[in-house]
Formats: sequence, C-alpha cells, structure tokens
Amino acid sequence: MMASDAPEGGAVRLALFLCLSLIVLAFTVATATAIGDYNINLRTVFLSVTNELGLTGADIAPIEQSVVWNLRLSRALVAALAGAGLAICGAILQALLRNALAEPFVLGVSAGASTGAVCVIVLGIGAGGLSLSLGAFAGAFAAFALVALLSNGATSGPNHTILAGVAASQLFNALTSYIVTTSGNAQQARDVMFWLLGSFGGVRWPDVQLLLVVVIVSLGVCIWMGRALDAFTFGDEDAAALGVPVARIRLVLFGVTALLTATIVSMVGAIGFVGLVVPHAARYVVGPLHLRLLPACAVVGAVFMVIADITSRVIATQQTVPIGVVTALVGVPFFAIILYRARPQA
Amino acid sequence: MSVVAKNLRWGVKRKTIVSDVSLTVAPGETLGLIGPNGSGKSSLLRLLSGLRHPLSGRVEINGQDIAQVPRKALSRQIAFVQQSAATDTNVTVRDVVRLGRTPHRSALAGWSETDETAVAHALERVDMTSRRAQPWQTLSGGERQRVHIARALAQTPQVMFLDEPTNHLDIHHQIEILRMVRDLDLTSVIALHDLNLAAMFCDRIVVLEAGAVRACGTPDAVLTQAILRDVFRVTAHVSGSSDADRPHIRFSPQ
Repeated sequence: MMASDAPEGGAVRLALFLCLSLIVLAFTVATATAIGDYNINLRTVFLSVTNELGLTGADIAPIEQSVVWNLRLSRALVAALAGAGLAICGAILQALLRNALAEPFVLGVSAGASTGAVCVIVLGIGAGGLSLSLGAFAGAFAAFALVALLSNGATSGPNHTILAGVAASQLFNALTSYIVTTSGNAQQARDVMFWLLGSFGGVRWPDVQLLLVVVIVSLGVCIWMGRALDAFTFGDEDAAALGVPVARIRLVLFGVTALLTATIVSMVGAIGFVGLVVPHAARYVVGPLHLRLLPACAVVGAVFMVIADITSRVIATQQTVPIGVVTALVGVPFFAIILYRARPQA
Repeated sequence: MSVVAKNLRWGVKRKTIVSDVSLTVAPGETLGLIGPNGSGKSSLLRLLSGLRHPLSGRVEINGQDIAQVPRKALSRQIAFVQQSAATDTNVTVRDVVRLGRTPHRSALAGWSETDETAVAHALERVDMTSRRAQPWQTLSGGERQRVHIARALAQTPQVMFLDEPTNHLDIHHQIEILRMVRDLDLTSVIALHDLNLAAMFCDRIVVLEAGAVRACGTPDAVLTQAILRDVFRVTAHVSGSSDADRPHIRFSPQ
C-alpha cells in the first residue's frame, strides 16, 4: 500500500513512461526522416545517421545520405525540440496563471514574437539570424507586458488573462499584417504569411543546435523551480505563505517562456495549441506535480509535433500543409473540451 | 510562541486600511479578530503573517522582527490559511498536504522521513488519513477546509493565522473547524464573522473598527452591548452562558 502511495512509486512510473516515450520519439523521428518527396527505407535512414556520426561506413548513395542528414533529420529534430519547448511553455503558463487554457499562442505571446520577427525581416531592423531571434524575443516580451497590463496582475480573475491574450493576439497580428502590407513586397508577404502558420521547411543544423541549448536550459530552470510551481496550486498568496519567492519565480519563468517562444517562433513560425494540448495529456498520465509533469511534457510535446509534421506532409498529395493548420485542427476541438469542462467552476 | 505587533500601519494609495494597530498574542493563545466588513481584518492578518509589509510599525514573532526573516524561514514558523482557497488542478488530498512541506525542502531534495511523519500527523490531526488518496475536487467545503488546515499543520508551524476559515460552512462544520483549531498546541489568530463562535472558541478577542483596534480582551469584556451597537450597528442582548465567561449574543430584529 505504501508503495503506490509514496512518491517513489510515481518516480518508477515516470521513468517507465519517459523511456517508452523516448522510444516512440526515436521511431517517429526516424519515420519523419524516411517520409518525403521520395521515401527512403528505415534501414538506410539508420545507416545514414550512423555513417555521419562516424560509427559505420556503410555503402549508401551520397544523395540519400545527404537528404537524410542535412534536410530531413535536422527538420525532424527541430520539430521535436519545438514541440518540447511549446509544451513546457504551456505547462508553465497554466501553472503560473492558474488557467487551463493558457499557452503562448492563446496569450498572444506567439503573435508578439511574430511581429518582432517580421519587423526584422521586412523593415530590416538589424541583420542576421541573431537579430531575428532578438526581434522575436522583444515582441514576445512586449506581448507579455501587454497581457500583464491588461489583466492587471493578480487582482483580476483567470478569465481576464485569456481575454487580455485575445486582445494582444489581435493587436500583434494586426501590426504584423500592417507591416507586411505597407512595407513588404509580394514575395515577402507570401513568405511571411506561410511562415506565420508555421513551417519546418528550411531549418538546418545550426537551428537544431541553438534550439537544443535553449530547450535544455529552459527545462533545467523550470524543473529547478518545479516544486515552487506546485505551490501555486491555490494561488499566488498561498504560494507566498508556503515560502515561495513569488515575484522572482514569476519573473524568471515568464522570461524563460518568452525566450522559448521567441526562439521557436523566429525559427518555425507561430504554431498554436501544442502548449495547450500536451500538458493536459501529460497531466493525465503522470499527475499534476511539476517535477514529473515537465519532463513528460517535453517528450510528449516532441512526439506530438513530429507526428504533426509527418501529417502535414502526407495529408495532401504534392503539397505541404502549414504545420499550424494541423495543430489547430487537433487543438481547437481540445480547447473546446477544456472550455466546456472548466465552465462550472468559473 | 508569542506574536507582538507594534504600531502597524498599511494602506493603498491614500486610503488607510490598517491604522496604528498594536497587539500581543501570548504563546498557545487563540486570538479572535472581529469587526464589520472592510474593517481591515484580512489586511491585518496578512501584515501579521508577513504576506504584506506594513508602511510603518513591525511584527515580532518570539521577539524577532519578521521583516528580517527570509520568507522561506518564516514559512517554517508560521502558517496561513486562506478563506476557501480553490483550484482547478486535479490533485489528491495527500498532494495538497504535501505542499505544506515546501518551506522545508530544497529545490530537488527527496522526500524525507521527517516530511512523511509531518504529513501523516497533519492528516491524522484533521481525521483525513483514510481519505488521503481522494481527489480534491470531490471533497465538500468542510473537508476542503480541514485539508487546508492539515497543509498548514504539515508546515509544523508555531503560529497559525486563519482568515475566516468557517466561511460557507454549515454550523456543524464551523464548530468542528474552530474546535480543532482551538485544541491545536499552537498560537493562533483567527479572523471571524460570527460573534458567538468567536465568544465560544477564542481566549481573547480584538475588535477592529475602520482599521484600528476598538477593544481588546476576554470575550465577556469585549462583547458588550455598547460595542455591538457602535461597531456592528446592531441592537443585541448579551447574556452569560453556562460556560463561565463565554457571553452569548442574541440579536434584536429591527
């Protein structure tokens, strides 16, 4: 009886779940790498990767090896990392704002990051990859500030935050459209619109490396503060009464969320609803405590996004559907379910 | 553990909410805080527990100024129970009580024997041991409040502050909660609305009016017809009950 009751029981369950999810993740990444304009079998995928890592010297057509390593694997890994990052953001925001519907896309943070990035692309403020990320980061922070201002901190109810998020989304999307239509040429406009719905096309290894560092550091910080996040279960004041430095935790974690969102948006665009769907699904399996929830969110988010990427490429023949379309098709019904279930308590 | 407040003053913008409050709570005492709506009960409780910082004045717990004690260390000595705190998260009774160990644990420390004992004792104390695996959402109002008290007890505090812990509860559960708090072996300060309950369960009572202490003393000294008329604006008859110095208040309708 104690075994099932003690936290150690949960740890074993979590470890099993994580192992299983990582195996599934490896398999989905391999599948994502195998599928494309022309399919490459899984054995070739595996040998290409081991060849590149210098583990084997198998005889693979150079073109296939290059496609696997340079185009598809980097794309699949960015998808996995973006999914992990957005899911972590969702879990953090849901805990801090105590709102089941909170996530970067719903709160307008993704829209803010898009506006920042578009400023850099179209208006040419600054130059190079770093300034694109910086622009997105500034936009994400502006959105956070606006939402905080509109919902007026802790005094308003959780619903205000979502309404403030709606307002922020509208404002930043309008700004983005304004900038694109007034300053961009037709080609830029088309590029930006496609990118706003999310696209993993064109990502390369440097993107993987940057995102890997950001996701690992963010996950580390969040897990470090995981226990403090649990203390927010009954609100800010309750957390303070339990000895949690509320203001500092909020500042650091909102910062981490903005950084993650900005990095992801500047790379692959504003992909919605991953941060909404994944934490709820993960909570269902590993429970609400953040030391377990956050790692679970990371792997489940990764699997979800890679599957969404595969779906976006096979759902229409000869066309790649924007990834945001796929996640929205899954996410919006999910959003409706949560909204419906949250209603009686509101 | 004693609690001493000296000349506490607090407000928002130009509005003073707590003005020049001084009071003393003796170790082991149960102090009731009464007063009409907006008299500053909740604000005073938050100042006493260090959740808000006074504009001037100070609070000492066992002779130590709480402004000098880090928040986490403070939370190992004092616990705060809000009125009907709620959550949408799907947590169990045990999860909630375990939160009480937060100030005792470092970021990644494991669950120790001391933590386990504190949680077990707290659950036992509020008679929820057999229901520790039950989801929070399925508990009744009275049960939720008992779990909140268990969580506060898991902090192993020496002082407990409770902000209207009996709100929204039926009379049986109101009495049950207050009896539980009174019998705890620690210093407690309770903000209460029901004057008769305050008279029944508190050793001493502080009457707040417009942020200032209007009266302070044993229930029979404080709950007088004059104070009830001036502070609460009600006509009432106060009679001695069978219990020595516990007055009983009967309100007149008009």
